[in-house]
Amino acid sequence: MRLLAGIGAQVLGLLALIGRVALYFVETLSHLLRPPFYSREFGIALINIGWLSLPVVGLTAVFTGGALALQIYAGGSRFDAEAVVPQIVAIGMVRELGPVLVGLMIAARVTSSIAAEIATMKVTEQIDALVTLSTHPMKYLTVPRVLAALVTVPVLVGIGDVIGVLGGYQVATGSLGFNPAVYLKNTVDFLEPLDIISSLVKGAVFGVIAALMGCYAGMNSGRGAQGVGAATKSAVEAAAVLILAANFLLTRMFFSL
Amino acid sequence: MIEFNGVTKSFGPKHVLRGVDLTIPRGTSMVVIGGSGTGKSVLLKCVLGLIKPDGGSITVEGGEGHDRDAFLARFGMLFQGGALFDSLPVWQNVAFRLLRGALARPRDEAKAIAVEKLRRVGLSPDVADLFPAELSGGMQKRVGLARAICAEPEIIFFDEPTTGLDPIMAGVINELVREIVTEMGATAMTITHDMTSVRAIADNVAMLHDGKIRWTGPVSEMDASGDPYLDQFIHGRAEGPIAAVR
Ligand SMILES: Nc1ncnc2c1ncn2[C@@H]1O[C@H](COP(=O)(O)OP(=O)(O)OP(=O)(O)O)[C@@H](O)[C@H]1O
Ligand SMILES: [Mg+2]
Repeated sequence: MRLLAGIGAQVLGLLALIGRVALYFVETLSHLLRPPFYSREFGIALINIGWLSLPVVGLTAVFTGGALALQIYAGGSRFDAEAVVPQIVAIGMVRELGPVLVGLMIAARVTSSIAAEIATMKVTEQIDALVTLSTHPMKYLTVPRVLAALVTVPVLVGIGDVIGVLGGYQVATGSLGFNPAVYLKNTVDFLEPLDIISSLVKGAVFGVIAALMGCYAGMNSGRGAQGVGAATKSAVEAAAVLILAANFLLTRMFFSL
Repeated sequence: MIEFNGVTKSFGPKHVLRGVDLTIPRGTSMVVIGGSGTGKSVLLKCVLGLIKPDGGSITVEGGEGHDRDAFLARFGMLFQGGALFDSLPVWQNVAFRLLRGALARPRDEAKAIAVEKLRRVGLSPDVADLFPAELSGGMQKRVGLARAICAEPEIIFFDEPTTGLDPIMAGVINELVREIVTEMGATAMTITHDMTSVRAIADNVAMLHDGKIRWTGPVSEMDASGDPYLDQFIHGRAEGPIAAVR
């Protein structure tokens, strides 16, 4: 009974958090639409969130695509492996694993660093100092990061999809003895535009969630080093859970209508 | 002019400000003294709206505090902990206002102004390109001061400008604060524990104790106030009406 109550409280807490983050998102949008826009901060965020995440995204995707090919071959070789392996690798990577893994990597890499940075700024009164310098913290800190994530994470997901498929291709043609041309043809024939669109839309949503959670937790951080640690932890935790929940809802929206 | 009327503020059960009444006439320098933890920094932040008072009112230049943007546009503040932006080099910290927003100007011009302000707080031009984390505590404080005065504000708050500085540098900063008030006609509110500083900077002094202004008056009358609390504070005595353990 107590256990159930505990879980119930957690769920209620999560729902309340979603509400507050949604309000924070609306506030971010309202600041996005009103000048000034800090283009320099936006440029820096583009580099931090997009460019510098490339290696980790590429590595995640290539290993996942490769492992996927091996698994499907092991499980599906009784059927028409030459067709099944590329098709499932493509569908699996593009529809689900690409966006979700990139989203989670971004939550690990970007959400944590945004939350820790902004929380430290809060704790050391840098946010207060921004206000005294006539600079709105939402406009200066949150808007550039969220916008940069919205723009770059879909691109990262697209790159991740391609690299994942290539990882599967590499394993299939290299160690499983598949015909390269047939593999690629099967992949391309099987994928539909909706698969790719859903992948990129997921990327955009996950990117916004990751950046927004980092900013939100940072801005609402408690005091001291402990506050920074707690803010970072809860930001990554909430971002990961929200990304997985959003993934479920988006998958339902795209593929089960 | 800045006017506090019965300002109160509590954090949970802790009543920090219990009705502060204080007037700072335009173009004068007010120094606020008081024991550690009596709420001096909180008082400053209430004026800025960084902390919302529970009760009372604060009026700035006759107008209400409603138009905070207009007020902040001609305002500068030195934070007790410096509060420098550690992601930006020193000169971009100092010239922050000049690099964006309403006062934006070309980068090299902004940098020249920043270097000039750094010189006024006793820092050499090669400090400009360092990052705040590469500076000593006293240097960070002075960079914070340079940032506060960079856009030539009309109202300036200094939270312990000389804490952590050597006596000579403290003297330089005291003179600088004095100059800003007399030459630029700014209204200044300074918090300090340093009695030398009080005498060098202040037109008027106010002592905060127990959430209220215990004594306020011109600095010349401070020594003959006859207030046992103020006397204990000025002379730094362990014995007196103010308990040493708080
Ligand atoms: N955000 C806050 N939340 C809770 N308590 C606070 C907060 N800010 C300040 N306080 C409390 O208010 C009291 C006054 O703090 P304040 O920083 O104004 O002291 P001070 O007079 O500036 O002291 P010092 O001379 O040491 O700087 C302290 O007891 C502090 O614990
Ligand atoms: Mg203080």
